[in-house]
Formats: sequence, structure tokens, C-alpha cells
Amino acid sequence: MSTLEIKDLHVSVILDDENSKPILKGVNLTINSGEIHAIMGPNGSGKSTLASTIAGHPKYRVDSGEILLDGEDVTEMSVDERARAGLFLAMQYPVEIPGVTMSNFLRSAKTAIDGEAPSLRTWTKDVKEAMGELKIDPDFIARNVNEGFSGGEKKRHEILQLELLKPKFGILDETDSGLDVDALKIVSEGVNRAHQNNDMGVLLITHYTRILRYIKPEFVHVFVDGHMVDQGGPELADRLEEEGYVSYIGK
Amino acid sequence: MSNIENKSHNSPAIPGMTDEGEKLATEQVQDDTIRVEKKTVDTSRAGRPTSYKVEDFAELTGREEDWRFTPLKRLGGLHTDALTGQGVDISVSAPDSVSVETVNRDDSRIGSAGIPEDRVAANAWSSFSEATVITVGQEDELDQHIALQIQGTSMEPTAQHIVVETKPFSKAVVALRHAGSAVVSQNVEFKVGDSSSLTVVSVQEWNDDAIHASAQYAKLGRDARFKHINISLGGNLVRVTPSTKFSAPGAETEMYGLYFVDAGQHIESRLFVDHSVPNCKSRVTYKGALQGRNAHSVWVGDVLIGKDAEGTDTYELNRNLILEDGPRADSVPNLEIETGLIDGAGHASTTGQLDDEHLWYLQARGIPEAEARRLVVRGFLNEIIQQIHIPELEEKLMDALEEELALSNN
Repeated sequence: MSTLEIKDLHVSVILDDENSKPILKGVNLTINSGEIHAIMGPNGSGKSTLASTIAGHPKYRVDSGEILLDGEDVTEMSVDERARAGLFLAMQYPVEIPGVTMSNFLRSAKTAIDGEAPSLRTWTKDVKEAMGELKIDPDFIARNVNEGFSGGEKKRHEILQLELLKPKFGILDETDSGLDVDALKIVSEGVNRAHQNNDMGVLLITHYTRILRYIKPEFVHVFVDGHMVDQGGPELADRLEEEGYVSYIGK
Repeated sequence: MSNIENKSHNSPAIPGMTDEGEKLATEQVQDDTIRVEKKTVDTSRAGRPTSYKVEDFAELTGREEDWRFTPLKRLGGLHTDALTGQGVDISVSAPDSVSVETVNRDDSRIGSAGIPEDRVAANAWSSFSEATVITVGQEDELDQHIALQIQGTSMEPTAQHIVVETKPFSKAVVALRHAGSAVVSQNVEFKVGDSSSLTVVSVQEWNDDAIHASAQYAKLGRDARFKHINISLGGNLVRVTPSTKFSAPGAETEMYGLYFVDAGQHIESRLFVDHSVPNCKSRVTYKGALQGRNAHSVWVGDVLIGKDAEGTDTYELNRNLILEDGPRADSVPNLEIETGLIDGAGHASTTGQLDDEHLWYLQARGIPEAEARRLVVRGFLNEIIQQIHIPELEEKLMDALEEELALSNN
């Protein structure tokens, strides 16, 4: 059983050497293993900043507050240490890396996370299986990381990594955006598998409620202007579907 | 890869270029030279003097177009002294069917593919006493490569001459490996016969003190295929000038290069592709990584499309990756076009640092920063290594690159 706690988190985006702009203004959130939380909010509310800050993107600076993984402050850790500690960010815009094959990349990541190289036979089998379930063409393993992948293919590869690397917490940053309904179903099933098989905690960041038809959150948080303004159960998502964020934006 | 690019589309510095040629050229150009200078004299590559005799070239001042990036003080006398030393040993291992000879300088095959275009190459040509001549017979398709080991043994300024000829319809791979310590100027001629195929891998893995100038000339017959892979890793100053001249239509050249430049090293690659006959194709791809103070790479790619070279298809590319503060990469592609009736002509040059977003992505998957950097650089350079197709050499070079990467302290 693991816990990810965010306590009174204030974060600025670094614009250049001299300028920064506050985005997160006191975020509080606790997620336990096996729980699914949805964070919903209008564009520009800071949802993606929260996701990137948890993973440690250098563009964001923590001004105050804590992000604790089982009591340890991850803001003190480097990006790779956070990943090895069990955090995984499924990115909104996965990066293309020329010259580095998926196969080499996945094996390097697995080795880094586990602290030892995976046994070749089980690893090859695991990768093949996971690719099959996500309907990823086997040829992709020989291609360079995300290079020339379509938007939907990139998202499926993020979930492939989520399944193979088995993090304690998966943070999904707008994973549903740009997906057609078939791809959305495939991706959601992958997230649900990782949730069930690994007792993974999920932080689902989304603007739209569409993905919540396939991934069922127990907790829904409404995020406006850098902090939570409301929370509740799945019924809150239904209300947002009907009413939108209008009633929160005036506050 | 994020690139720091200086784009400049200057007025055509190419005398005699037709409007049509200009248009074709710019259509293909993706990004342009980093350094384009106004020239007051005719600097067309076609107008450069050539001679076998050192005295036909003026003494170097360092202001010459083709020497302006080279620190002459570090040439070890290759441009001033008589190159009478015996500072390099050469050993050749080749399949039985290949003829390997040591000949005197008056042998008729010497000069069959090349003529010096600079003083240092001419100095070597004027000085050498014996040459190594390797001949692959007609229709002989070798299944094993020819290996030349060039071992530096002393720092006496030395001249070396090598001739490789592939007779018509033959097929061969030649690996030239340079190691040890030496001060050597070298002329290497490749006479690629009609419809023959020759791949050359020239690897400079010298000790830190070596000084090496290497003029490598390929002359291609009708429908010949030439592939040249130039890999410079070790040495104090290494200046390789590979050229391809087409003597008959239908031939193709691919010229690849990789350099990894460490603190204090000067590694220079000057390419020349001379399209003077119709329907030939050339591709040039050079990639470099630089690290450490005063690491300096120079890449100059000259392509000349003569007035009779209709149907020419050419593209040249240079990419440099600066791994930390301190190095300098000069990159100058030059394209001269004297006919508009070509299939395509273009060039690109980029110099930049490792992309932070690449590192972010890899680190976000648990891969430590140092390893993430290595993965990206290895990926960047691997494209050139993959062209070699000699597994044991590829493996050795990947190991050498790993050692280079382990040196970088970031």
C-alpha cells in the first residue's frame, strides 16, 4: 500500500532566466494505491502543470509545499529518481527521439526501474503480449522512440510503458485528447489492466468526461485557477458533463 | 534534435549559374550554410590548382580558402618539411585473389585516380619512395574485406601512398585503420572500374599526439558504385579530404563520416564531389559529436555540378552535436551549379546541443541522466556506423564511442 500526498503545493512556470509565473496556488490531494482520481478543469487551469511538476519537468519550480510518496518528498529527487520511486507520467505530447529504438528504450527503462536487466525470455514475451493487447504493430519495436508515430500511436505507447514498467502511481495527462473512440477504448483497457494487476493508483487529468466512461474514478476533483475548488464522487463528473465549468469560473 | 541554425540565403555566389539552376537548387535546400562569405576572387572549386609537385603550390599562410580553419602550427611540418621519415608501417591482409604489391614511385598506376589539390598532399606526393598497390581483378566479388593496418611508429614527418583499383564488375570492401603515433601526409587513390563496387572504411583511431593529413581520391568509371565511410576519433590534428570524381555516366557515390572530437583535438573533413559528367548521383552524410575545451571540428562539403552534368542528383548533410560548453564546430556546405538540367541538388547543415526534451522523456522513464545522454548520442552516431557492415569493426567502433562518451563529465 502506497500513498501519494500533495500538500499545499505552489508552483511557478519558468519563462526565462528572470521571469516566472505562478500557476499552482495551494494544491492538496491524497491518493492511495488502487484508487482512481480524476482531476477535471478548464483549459489553462494548471492541471497539466500539476502532472508535469509531480514528474519533475525542469520548466516548473516548486515555490512551497510538498509532494510525498510514502512520506518521502519527491521534489528533492531528480526526474529519473522519481520514476524509479514509482511515479509514471503518461505524457500529453510524448517526445520523438531519433536513433533510439523502442526496443532499446523499453529495455533500458525496465532495467533502470527494476535495478536489474529483465530476463530476456520473459521480457520479450511480456512486451509482445502487451503490444498485442494494445493493438500495436509488432514492427514498432524496431522503430525509433515515437518517431513518425501518429497521435494515437504515441498514446498507446505511453500506456504500453505504463503496463511494462508497473509504477505505483500513474498520472495520465490528457491521455484521451486526440483519440478516436476505438483507440480510447484500447488505451482505457490498458490503464484498467495496470490498475487491477499492479494495484496502481491513478491520477487522471482531463478536460472532458468522455474517458470517464471507460476508466471509472472513485474521486473527482474540480481544478480551477491553480487549485481544487470542489470534489466528490463520480456523480460530480456527470454534473460537469451537463453544466460545464461555468459555475466554478466565476468564483 | 533542437538545432541552432543560421539560415542565410545570400545572392548566388556561383558564377555562371542559370536561373533555372538557381531555382532547382533553392527548392531542395532545407537550411543553408552557417558561414557564407562574400568572395572577391574566383573561388570556384573548378579553378583550384592541381599538381603532383609541392613547388607548384605557394607556401601556406593560413589565409587560403582551404586552410583557413587549420592550425598550421600543429601540422608538424607536413607543409614545410621534406617528408622523408619512415614513421608508419603498413600491413595488408587480403583474400588470395587480390594482388598486393609494393612498387616504386614511377609505377604507371600511381596517379591513375588522383592529383593533389593542396600543398600538403603534393608534399607527400613529391616525397614518397614506395607505394602500396592493391588490385581486385575483373569480376572478382570478394566475400571478405581487405584490411590495411597503418601503424604509426615515430614522429618523423612521413609520406605515404596507397592505390586501390577495382577492375570492372568486381566488388570489394577495404578497411584502412590508422593507429599509433605519427606525423603523416597520405595520398590514397581509389580507381573504381566500370560497374565495379568499392566500399572504403577509413578509421582514424590514432594516439593523442598523431598528426594526419589524408587526401583520398576516388575516380569512378561508368555505372560504378563507391561508398566511403570516414571515421575520425583519435589524433591531435586529423585532416581528411575525400573526393569523388565521376569519369563516366551512371555512377553513384555515398560518402559518410563520423567524428568524435575531444578537448584540444582538431578534426577536419573536407569533401569534394565533382559532377562533371551526366546522370551521376551523390549523397554525403557527416555527423559529429564534440566535447571539451577547444575541441574543434571542421566540415566543408564542396559539390560542383559542371555544365555537362545533366541529370545530376546530389544531397549533402552535416550535423553536429555539441555535448558541453567549449567546442567549436565549423560547417560549410558549398554547392556550385553550372547547369539547370539536374534532378536535384541540396544541402543542410545543423549544429546544436542535446535536446532537453529528449533527456526529460528518457529520465521520466527512470533512465539516469548520464545514460540518457549516451542513448541519444549513440542513436545520433549509429546511423553512420550502421553503414559499415563489417560486424567486428562496427562493434569495435561502438566500444570506442562508448569510451568517448564515458569521458564526458556531464
